[in-house]
Amino acid sequence: MARMTMIEAVRSAMDVSMERDDNVVVFGEDVGYFGGVFRCTQGLQAKYGKTRCFDAPISESGIVGTAIGMAAYGLKPCVEIQFADYMYPAYDQITQEAARIRYRSNGDFTCPIVLRMPTGGGIFGGQTHSQSPEALFTHVCGLKVVVPSNPYDAKGLLISAIEDPDPVMFLEPKRLYNGPFDGHHDRPVTPWSKHELGEVPEGHYAIPIGKAEIRRQGSAVTVVAYGTMVHVALAAVEETGIDAEVIDLRSLLPLDLDTILQSVMKTGRCVVVHEATLTSGFGGEVAALVQEHCFYHLEAPIVRVAGWDTPYPHAQEWDYFPGPGRVGRALAEVMEA
Amino acid sequence: MTEFPQLSLHVPEPAVRPGGQPDFSNVDIAKAGSVPRPEVDAAPETIRDLAYSIIRVLNRDGDAVGPWAGSLSDAELLTGLRHMMKLRAFDARMLMAQRQGKTSFYMQHLGEEAVACAFRKALKKGDMNFPTYRQAGLLIADDYPMVEMMNQIFSNERDPLRGRQLPIMYSSKEHGFFTISGNLATQYVQAVGWAMASAIKNDTKIAAAWIGDGSTAESDFHSALVFASTYKAPVILNIVNNQWAISTFQGIARGGSGTFAARGLGFGIPALRVDGNDYLAVHAVSHWAAERARRNLGPTLIEYVTYRVGAHSTSDDPSAYRPKTESEAWPLGDPVLRLKKHLILKGAWSEERHVQAEAEILDEVIQAQKQAEVHGTLHAGGKPSVRDIFEGVYAEMPPHIRRQRQKAGY
Repeated sequence: MARMTMIEAVRSAMDVSMERDDNVVVFGEDVGYFGGVFRCTQGLQAKYGKTRCFDAPISESGIVGTAIGMAAYGLKPCVEIQFADYMYPAYDQITQEAARIRYRSNGDFTCPIVLRMPTGGGIFGGQTHSQSPEALFTHVCGLKVVVPSNPYDAKGLLISAIEDPDPVMFLEPKRLYNGPFDGHHDRPVTPWSKHELGEVPEGHYAIPIGKAEIRRQGSAVTVVAYGTMVHVALAAVEETGIDAEVIDLRSLLPLDLDTILQSVMKTGRCVVVHEATLTSGFGGEVAALVQEHCFYHLEAPIVRVAGWDTPYPHAQEWDYFPGPGRVGRALAEVMEA
Repeated sequence: MTEFPQLSLHVPEPAVRPGGQPDFSNVDIAKAGSVPRPEVDAAPETIRDLAYSIIRVLNRDGDAVGPWAGSLSDAELLTGLRHMMKLRAFDARMLMAQRQGKTSFYMQHLGEEAVACAFRKALKKGDMNFPTYRQAGLLIADDYPMVEMMNQIFSNERDPLRGRQLPIMYSSKEHGFFTISGNLATQYVQAVGWAMASAIKNDTKIAAAWIGDGSTAESDFHSALVFASTYKAPVILNIVNNQWAISTFQGIARGGSGTFAARGLGFGIPALRVDGNDYLAVHAVSHWAAERARRNLGPTLIEYVTYRVGAHSTSDDPSAYRPKTESEAWPLGDPVLRLKKHLILKGAWSEERHVQAEAEILDEVIQAQKQAEVHGTLHAGGKPSVRDIFEGVYAEMPPHIRRQRQKAGY
């Protein structure tokens, strides 16, 4: 076991995968010599050579398009989109190509690619470095969508993603790179080295895609969250003293519906939390599924806590970010209902 | 007051519209045999002229002339002629089948048969094409079974794609034919990625990208050229300039650049323009580009100058946007007739044998169609299962799709 930040865990996943399989290649903007703007690929070019880890032109459609072609050849590209906000030029390649190649060719060709992308706000990135576009991926059949919340999961899930036979969108909450940020931006963040989930095996291990994890057992209300919001929810639960069960989805597509339903049937209440904008966000899907399957177990309307339906502002970042205060109020609201 | 006049927007127009006299006098056509053939390792900057000329081998009399002649034997040319004739006959039957309601949609190759048929012969087994919807010649020239193509077109119970794809959007890894998207230009950059992968693995295979004149306006075209030139990928970047993008003439996509081939020059990619209706010229130029790729010299851009004689698809009527007689005025002629003339001139072929071959080929196509129709057509007979809707979205069916399949009753 080693202590790793989420950056180191992600890097270790790529390192282990490149070591085990010559077909794994890593590329993207600034990922080669420099090792990426967040340093996730640092050292990989030196270790594996520049034909397996290299810099790409600033062309996301080109990065994803070439990755699709490489996958058709038989490679397993794991590419970095420098910020999730930059994926839009590649959206056509992702949705109409990567997601459908297996289906439209009836398995004649497949597309085992991973798109890693730093996601979410909390670093004063403004509208173009803070977005959480996961719902734009979960709406697309043929993709898998993963959002880890800690180093241990990040490594195990990224290894699974690289080994997966289908395209995986791997959204890395960048505010969690260095510690379990709980939304209290005015306090120093505990480093991952002091957190149990910062303890990461150095070798190969895989966490299955499609399995949620219960981060806190509770009986009063179920909180469904993923990424940064897992830690925000845990803080809100602690601060309100409400005995909530906190589910970390880890993978949005496929979704571990059973874990959610079992919990809501037990608690009778549900709050869904995400940083992405509210309208047509993934929380809407979770809320719909919960009412569809648990309507007669519910004792209160399902409440969603999300980013406001506005672009991510710069100066007012902390008024936008759904922090522990807002989550706490939502918990109180469902308990009162 | 300003010293400048009011601005005005320039919207290009084709030379002639319906009702007018077709006029291709603005198409500058080099004399057959007049364009030099450089060595494959020539520095791109020394052969920039090739992007502005038209490489031609067959002259008006049917002779093969100049430095690009001689890449194929008579036997190979006879095979090529047969491929083009087969594609034409296949198209005619499938167009009729669409009109009879046996499929929803069809796209023919009329006038452009030489491009894909001759190109295929420059590739080897294991190389990969990333085609558009108008390159079925790649399959025909690689002897992919016509009945399989028809099963796909009819979306019947033997459809290799299980009814999921629009007619003619074939896929065959075995025949080096990447699954056609139906989306435009996306495959261009994917071909570059495939070629990069071959180079990463120190393989010997090369890739070919295909695009039409209209779709070169898509950003993926430019992404492809950036990646291809940056990494010197072993890829042939083909542009089929058939003059029309549905109803839009090629001047709308070309903008102010002299030719489509010239777009490659800014990237330092050797760019050649070739007579797309000249089987010999298409083969010679493709072969030159393939050799460059195989020698690790990097990408080559080729513009095939041709003319789409038919409609874009079964969903449009060209007489609404161009003169009906325009195709007859097209100065580069008919690829089948030109190759036929050449072979007759050489004594390798005759009118009688041609008529006989036409009959044989038609019979072959009809037999294939009969075989395919046994397994159904779009609205009659055997069809793919409803279950096939849900299969194959992922390698392993996730629970939510399984629930939906059960809900659908399968």
